[in-house]
Amino acid sequence: MRRLRQHAVKLVLTLTVGGFLAATLVRLAPGFGVDEEQLDTRLNGQSIESLSHKTENDENLLFFYLHYGERVLHGDLGMSRTLQRPVAQLLSERLPETLKSVALGLALGWVSGISLAILSVIVRSYSLDALSSLICGVLLCIPAAVWALLFVLARAPERLVLALIVLPKIYSFSRNLLVRSAGQPHVLAAHAKGLTTIRVLTWHILPTAAPQLLALLGVSVSVAFAAAVPVEALCDLPGIGQLAWKAALGRDLYLLTTLSVLVTAITLLANSACELLGSTIRGSEA
Amino acid sequence: MKWLRTGAIVFLLLVAAASLSADFVAPAHYAYQFRSETDAPPSYRHPLGTDDLGRDRLSRVLFGTRVSLLLAPAAAWLSSLLALLVGGISGFLGGRLEKIVIAATDLFLSLPWLFLLLTVRAMLPLNVSPMVSVVITFALLGCLGWAGAARVICADARTMRQADFVLLARASGSSGLRLLWRHVLPNLRPIVLAQFWISIPVFILTEANLGMLGLGVTEPLPSWGSLLRELQSYPAISGQPWLFIPLLLFVIVVGSFHLVLRTEELPA
Repeated sequence: MRRLRQHAVKLVLTLTVGGFLAATLVRLAPGFGVDEEQLDTRLNGQSIESLSHKTENDENLLFFYLHYGERVLHGDLGMSRTLQRPVAQLLSERLPETLKSVALGLALGWVSGISLAILSVIVRSYSLDALSSLICGVLLCIPAAVWALLFVLARAPERLVLALIVLPKIYSFSRNLLVRSAGQPHVLAAHAKGLTTIRVLTWHILPTAAPQLLALLGVSVSVAFAAAVPVEALCDLPGIGQLAWKAALGRDLYLLTTLSVLVTAITLLANSACELLGSTIRGSEA
Repeated sequence: MKWLRTGAIVFLLLVAAASLSADFVAPAHYAYQFRSETDAPPSYRHPLGTDDLGRDRLSRVLFGTRVSLLLAPAAAWLSSLLALLVGGISGFLGGRLEKIVIAATDLFLSLPWLFLLLTVRAMLPLNVSPMVSVVITFALLGCLGWAGAARVICADARTMRQADFVLLARASGSSGLRLLWRHVLPNLRPIVLAQFWISIPVFILTEANLGMLGLGVTEPLPSWGSLLRELQSYPAISGQPWLFIPLLLFVIVVGSFHLVLRTEELPA
C-alpha cells in the first residue's frame, strides 16, 4: 500500500512538473499570442485589436499558469487551432484507436519476441540464434516510417507495424535476460537433478527474469507510443499519433503539449504498474 | 564475429569517404535539375536514375549520406557531453542533486521520444532555410537525447564515488573538482564512448522518421529522411526497384553501426 502511494505521488508530481514545463514551452514559443486570424486583410483595426485583447491576459506569465491550470482542472483542454475543435473531444475520439493499435502491437511483439528468446535459450543452436539475431538486427535498422510505407505498399494490415518495431527490442533484451538467468547455479542444479526443460523454464528461469521482463514491458509501452506517430501519420490511421503529427505541422501547441502530457501519463502509469508488479514478485521470491 | 565487425568498420569508412568526397565523386550537384531527364531510369550518366524533378539520385544519396553521417555523430557527441555533465557531476556529488537529476531523467525518459521531438520541433520555426533546418534537427536530437545516457553515467559515477582509488585520492588531499577532473571523468570515458556509439544509429533512425514526416531537413538539401521520403510515391515504386537502393544503403549503414557498437560497448 505504501509503495502504491509512493508511485501515485511520484506520478502526480511528474505530471504536474511536466504540465508546468509544457505550459512554459507553449508560453515561450515564438508566435505565442498571435492569432492567424489577425492576418486576414478583410479585418479592420478594431477587429484586430479585439482579437489581440483575447490573449492579453495570458501575456502575464502567472496569469497564464493560473488560467491554464484552472482550465485543465475543469476538463477544458482548450481548442485546437488547426482543427477548430475542442482538444478533449479530439482526444476522446482518437485515443481508443491508438490504444487499440498499441495493445495489438505490444501483444504481437511480445508473443513473438519472447517466444524467439525462449526458443534461443532452450534449443541453444548457433544457427537459430544467428538467424533470429539477423532478423531482429534488420528490423532494428528500418525506421518505423519506412515500415509503415512498405505495409501500405504491400496492402498489409498497418497495425502490425508496431509489433515489428517492438519485437527486436523485446527479443534482444529478453534473450540476454533469459541466458543470464539460465546460467545461474540453481538452474544448473535443477537441470542436474533431471527436471524437464519446460519445468526448468517455467519454475526457475522465467521467475528469476520476471521483474526485469516486467520493467521491459513498461519501456515497450513508450516505444510503441513513439512508433505510433509515423505509423498513424503515413498509414492514415485516425489516432493520437496522427493528431500529434498534424498538430506539429500546424504548430498547434496547445494540442501538442496536451497530447504529450497525456501520453506521458499513460507511459508513467504503465511503468509504475510494471514496477509495482516486479517488486511484488521480488518480494514474494525473497 | 571479429571479421563481421571489421567488415562493418571498413564499410562505414568507405561510405564516409565516398560521402565526404561527394563534391568530386557525385555526377552532379544535389540540387541540379536535369529537366529533360525527369524520373529517368539508371543509366551511365545517372547510375541511380533521376527523381521527379530531374535531380541525379546518386548525387543526392552521396550528399544526403554526408549530412546524416556528419551530423548524427555531432548530435551524439553533444548528447554524450550533456549526459556526462549532468550524469557525471550529479552521480559524483550525490545527495539531493542526484535525486533531482534522476527525477528529471525519469520525466524525460517517460516521454515517448518522437512525441517530445515533435513538440519541441513544432515550437521552433518550421519555414526555415535548409541549412537552418539541418542545424535545428540535429541540435534537437543532441539536446533531447541525453537522458538515457545520463542515467547510465550517473549510476557509474555513483559507483566510482565509493571506489577505493577515489577514497585514496581523497585521503591524499585531492579537492572535489580535482577529484572529478583527474580521477572520475577519465574513468567514465569508456561508458561515455559506448553511449556515443549507441546514440549514432538512434539519431540516424530518428532523423529519417522526422524527415519522412516532413519535420526534418528541408528541401533541396538531401538527408536520409528526405531520400527515404521518395518511397511515398507509391505508383513510381512498383516499376522502379532502384528506388529501394537508398533504403538498402541506409539499412546496411545503421546495421554496421549496430555491429560496431555491439563489441564497442563490451569494455564499458
